[in-house]
Amino acid sequence: MTQTSAGCGLSIAVLDYGIGNLRSAQKTLQWLGADADLTADPEVIEAADGVVLPGVGAFGACMKALHQTGLATQAKNVADSGRPFLGICVGMQLLYEGSEETPDCPGLGILPGMIRRLIGDVRIPQMQWNKLEVTEPYHPLVSELDGSWMYFVHSYAAQPDEHTIAVTDYGQSVAAAVARDNVWATQFHPEKSADDGKRLLSNWLDSVRTDREPTQRVTT
Amino acid sequence: MPEVVRVIPCLDVDNGRVVKGVNFIGLRDAGDPVELAAKYDQQGADELIFLDITASSDDRQTTVAMAEAVAEQVFIPFTIGGGIRSVDDTRRMLRAGADKVSVNSAAIRRTELVAEIAAEFGSQCCVVAIDARRSDAGTESGFEVFARGGRDATGIDAVAFARRVVDLGAGEILLTSMDRDGTRVGFDLPLTKAISEAVTVPVIASGGVGSVEDLAPGVLEGGASAVLAASIFHFGESSIEEAKAALKSAGLLVRPPARPSPRH
Repeated sequence: MTQTSAGCGLSIAVLDYGIGNLRSAQKTLQWLGADADLTADPEVIEAADGVVLPGVGAFGACMKALHQTGLATQAKNVADSGRPFLGICVGMQLLYEGSEETPDCPGLGILPGMIRRLIGDVRIPQMQWNKLEVTEPYHPLVSELDGSWMYFVHSYAAQPDEHTIAVTDYGQSVAAAVARDNVWATQFHPEKSADDGKRLLSNWLDSVRTDREPTQRVTT
Repeated sequence: MPEVVRVIPCLDVDNGRVVKGVNFIGLRDAGDPVELAAKYDQQGADELIFLDITASSDDRQTTVAMAEAVAEQVFIPFTIGGGIRSVDDTRRMLRAGADKVSVNSAAIRRTELVAEIAAEFGSQCCVVAIDARRSDAGTESGFEVFARGGRDATGIDAVAFARRVVDLGAGEILLTSMDRDGTRVGFDLPLTKAISEAVTVPVIASGGVGSVEDLAPGVLEGGASAVLAASIFHFGESSIEEAKAALKSAGLLVRPPARPSPRH
């Protein structure tokens, strides 16, 4: 994919709660032209056009870090505010009510349901590229991405439900991308999924821009 | 769709330069890890592994800088191995942009390191590299773990060691046959099979690939989830596309090679 300016002029806050490699999402968004900050600063998050919740590692460790940095409340506020919000990998799982990985630790509860351990005659974790089957072809996040290849690393997953917009097959049907109102999320890592992943992030940035424009017209 | 086989080029890096001889057509500077990595990304490599063989630990900062530069230009997962001895070393590499670290000698000296890394950053970023060979050390499986790049015998059973590190939280095993490394006669299939049957996590087969025809048996007979090769790719003998075509014609699933970019 050639370099694009999909994100040009957009400010994106990538929530920094100090765990693992959170920089990849920022790098890819920057490559797409966005002004992406890795931040825990409430003012920066409040002013951003769109917010990304990345995540790697264990569910419980991530939730704990989100609470310690105050970002759990921030994330819920952004989700409630209607601003574009994208969860990635464990950042998607954290949006749910909880996970079998850390049963005594509630999630953010923005999306209904529980994250469950993968089952079936497959190696766990799923650590590979897998094909996306888009179930809601009109959703802008996954537009023209049916049959694309994305990189997955996970042992737990959401079950497909009414919010699912794409699935992948790994011994069972896994919710690969979900969307409810302004809250969108992917179980895979678009920032690590080469050109197909960049297309998805570019789709998201297009939506962030569309979302911003009406507000601008009102204020100017 | 169960497993999709990953093709992983491996780059040995000494003091910020790719070594072991690289002769990649179309590169201005074949020794530059960032340029080589970007090339493999374009060709459709599924992941990359950089093994830092820098002798002096004082020069590790060069590797951190390399990881940062790779992260700017490469949009597939990459692993950094070599000289990772602690949670702090791991944090530094992940912060620089690496997705995983690979631990070897330090995990042999102190297996708890694997648990510490997994607890802090998750199993998915903790690869344990096992260098093994057939030996007369009397290990139960007949395969012995070697430390320090295959130089030091440990007397440890490779299969038991693999089980132990996975129990402690390793998310993947990078298995290199020291008997086969550099021989170009194919993977050690009994070794690969013994390890991949002993653990539930993915195993990357490594050591001995002489042509793309050697790759599929690592999965079909060895039970590996991914195949690693260095020289066949670096010397320009084979492309990632040819590797994937060979795997596909053996009946395996692969992610299709990158679509040609209209710009090039």
